Amino acid sequence: MRSDSGLAVTQYESIQARLQQAVEQHAGRLQEHLAAGDWAAAAQLVDQINDIRNQSLYEEVAKLTRELHSAILDLQIESGTPHAQEMSQINDVNERLNYVMNMTEKAANDTMDLVEASAPLVNYISYEAQSLTADWQRFTRREMPLDEFRDLARRVEAFLLRSLHDSDQMSAHLNDILTAQSFQDLTGQVIKRVTELIGYVEDSLARMGGMARTVDLVAGIEHDPETLQKSSQPRQSDSRGEGPQIRADKGEDVVSNQVDVDDLLSSLGL
Amino acid sequence: MNKNMKILIVDDFSTMRRIIKNLLRDLGFTNTEEADDGSTALPMLQSGNFDFLVTDWNMPQMTGIDLLRAVRADERLKHLPVLMVTAEAKRDQIIEAAQAGVNGYVVKPFTAQALQDKIEKIFERVNG
Repeated sequence: MRSDSGLAVTQYESIQARLQQAVEQHAGRLQEHLAAGDWAAAAQLVDQINDIRNQSLYEEVAKLTRELHSAILDLQIESGTPHAQEMSQINDVNERLNYVMNMTEKAANDTMDLVEASAPLVNYISYEAQSLTADWQRFTRREMPLDEFRDLARRVEAFLLRSLHDSDQMSAHLNDILTAQSFQDLTGQVIKRVTELIGYVEDSLARMGGMARTVDLVAGIEHDPETLQKSSQPRQSDSRGEGPQIRADKGEDVVSNQVDVDDLLSSLGL
Repeated sequence: MNKNMKILIVDDFSTMRRIIKNLLRDLGFTNTEEADDGSTALPMLQSGNFDFLVTDWNMPQMTGIDLLRAVRADERLKHLPVLMVTAEAKRDQIIEAAQAGVNGYVVKPFTAQALQDKIEKIFERVNG
């Protein structure tokens, strides 16, 4: 929407051009009236020029109002209109982002459920394999009495059967962990839509900004740059924190990993 | 290190509490409790004989840094070891936490190893 300031200037120029034309048209006659000392006629001409200026202003303001209205309609956040709630894309964004929150939370919990269910299976295999290995070594060194060997053989068989069953279970869990990652695709699509909408909102706001500039130009309003700057300054940081650093490698006042944190802390004596 | 020590995990996201709880269990610490915010954690700490606090920074009601300050200001809690596990990664914030008296600082996303290292380091110092 970089062309908006250009648009504003063009609109301003068209008013200027009409005004200039009017002044040029009337200038010759104005001089004639002045030379002749006809003040009443000269004043009338000045009034006519002023009327042209005012007329242009009214027209511009009317045009701007219409454009502003359509920009607001585009944003679909106008309150008071019927179905405003249903139409609101911002409202829709909230729902979409909630969906992302829920999906990611569910995926995290599903994955942790499966990891927790898998841990005892692995633990059993590890524990029983250790115990069997020790006894098996005793057997190969011929240090095991026959009745103990019969017991060992039963344990080996039980271990093998259970390993078969548990490894099936484990691979089912691994598959489920894999499919739980499908949230990435779904939430990715939703976030992409939201990003598009934000870009669209930004464009609409830039258009409105362009219109505001045109109003300023036409009406001859000037803003104090200091006040504008002050109002657009970011809020002071409080204890609330800022959340994850999205571009940790770019900020100078941001640590990019745990090693940096440890270095900083040890420089502080921690 | 006493594996039976009572640990309070404070984070507003239940999944993160669960991850930390699981990692602590893997390290042998099973005596854990959870709170979702500084304002619910503080009364638990004041009445619960906790040995160790693991807290997030950014939480809705009372933040982790405010919880840390409240702990350090409380006569009975001021020596409680506190580990901050947080996504806050600005240098100023880490310095702020250090000045408030944090014992360790882990930035998210973190590894199980990082968590273990920090906990061991904290208790080496506390016991040493």
